[in-house]
Amino acid sequence: MGNVLLQYATVLMLTIFVGIEIIAKVPSILHTPLMSGSNAIHGVILVGSMLILGAANTNLEEVLGFLAVLLATLNVVGGFVVTDRMLEMFKAKPKTAVKKTEEVAQ
Amino acid sequence: MSRETLIDLLYLFSATTFILALKGLGSPKRARMGNGIAAVGMLVAVVATFFKFVDGHALHHVWLILLAMFIGVIIAVPTARFVKMTAMPQLVAIFNGVGGGAASLVSITEFVHIKATHPATYVTLEVLLGVLIGTVSFAGSAIAFAKLQELMTGRPVTYPGQQILNGVFGVVALALIITILVTNSTALLWILLALAFILGIAFVLPIGGADVPVLISLLNAFTGLAVAASGFTLGSNLLIVAGTLVGASGILLTRMMSKAMGRSLSNVLFSAFGSNITATGDGVREDGRTVRSGSPEDAGVLMNFATRVVIIPGYGLAVAQAQHVLRELAEELEAKGIEVFFAIHPVAGRMPGHMNVLLAEANVPYEQLLELDEANSELQTADVALVVGANDTVNPAAKDDKNSPIYGMPIISADLAENVLFLKRSMRPGFAGIENELLYNPKTMLIFGDAKDTLTKILATVKNS
Repeated sequence: MGNVLLQYATVLMLTIFVGIEIIAKVPSILHTPLMSGSNAIHGVILVGSMLILGAANTNLEEVLGFLAVLLATLNVVGGFVVTDRMLEMFKAKPKTAVKKTEEVAQ
Repeated sequence: MSRETLIDLLYLFSATTFILALKGLGSPKRARMGNGIAAVGMLVAVVATFFKFVDGHALHHVWLILLAMFIGVIIAVPTARFVKMTAMPQLVAIFNGVGGGAASLVSITEFVHIKATHPATYVTLEVLLGVLIGTVSFAGSAIAFAKLQELMTGRPVTYPGQQILNGVFGVVALALIITILVTNSTALLWILLALAFILGIAFVLPIGGADVPVLISLLNAFTGLAVAASGFTLGSNLLIVAGTLVGASGILLTRMMSKAMGRSLSNVLFSAFGSNITATGDGVREDGRTVRSGSPEDAGVLMNFATRVVIIPGYGLAVAQAQHVLRELAEELEAKGIEVFFAIHPVAGRMPGHMNVLLAEANVPYEQLLELDEANSELQTADVALVVGANDTVNPAAKDDKNSPIYGMPIISADLAENVLFLKRSMRPGFAGIENELLYNPKTMLIFGDAKDTLTKILATVKNS
């Protein structure tokens, strides 16, 4: 077991650095979608919730597991949909305003 | 290849998509695709999990799992789809909260499940940390939601001995964890759960509405850490990677946000910022100076003669739903050959980047959006600075008044422009509850009224002249 724990700790350590490296480069205009996007990603607890409910032996475990799957689904689905809705607005737009200025200038 | 190896490989694929997604968020063009990639990765992980064996058998209760998921989707999709963009921050808060709740429930259930097998101490410790952090995130997010949704006051809630009491809660929680490690008592676990719940509420109560976005970012990181703790317990690399990614990035983001406000994270969390309201709101200074107000028509005429206008929007713009009228005004001015920029303070709105999202929704091209430093250099040569629904982010007290609670916060220096037009609903102070010197500046003209009405009138004046 000690070796497994060490292996998990290694993964943890490396991921911390990856997380910091990636985020340090995100421009501030994307901070809100970033928060929302990472919010969706921690919804991966859904996988844990499924395993818990799938292994439930008692009524108590079933109730807790059911609630966990429900809440985790809210997290995942809500997180991705909200983020997508925010990012939809960042798609490239025709630069009509810029063109108008140029026309006036000419 | 064995079934378990295949599932683990699929999990590895999912973990990779999560990293790619966060990387994609680094540019506006790739961000949406990044989010889509993560969603695919998540779907793969969930489907693969249905085929996983636990305790030596296939998953039980598959129909219960599907039912819970179905209910979740039915609630989440319409909520996420149809809530107004201005309500985004509280929506993120609540989706974060339920994630924390799920992580906590997973840890509790695992404790109940493995208790009979007398697990190693470190396994129990992971479980207890998952319960504690997950529940704090859940309860804290619920209060953050209530504050932003204005179900309760947005001002800091303080009471005598608050810090000491919170400290005591923390110490008791720690003592409980140690006791449970020794005794493996389920009864004590429930007490820890209740205490974590109270701790989450007590932690968030003294944080003022203006600081809630920083708080949500921190709670987001907490949920990530709770998920990582569950990953240790369940032996899942996927949960460890995803949870840690969110935890590490969330803490960095939280620090970046505090820095944007010129304050340290501990100052944001523990100083009950905004509880001292110094502004009188009667429009007269002690030295007798008063504000100068004008009509929307005056503003329209002034802008017509400008060659460069910098618009400084704040949350009030979104509250008045005036971002579309503002964009029309900007287009009209540009059509007349007037240069228009939008100066975006990093904490304008209720979340970092919130204002960018709102303006993007109103079709303002993001080439026109300037960040703080660029904005301040453009303002030096601007004829008009138009402040719409912003207040604390243009308050010169942050530069000049060492006693001001916002001293040190970087601001947009609207007073560098030749003229300042300040659209305001009333003389009420901003979110931080402090007087704004800019209102009494001789350059400043106040235009009272609802931002949308005022902008519509200004637009009409600009069009007709």
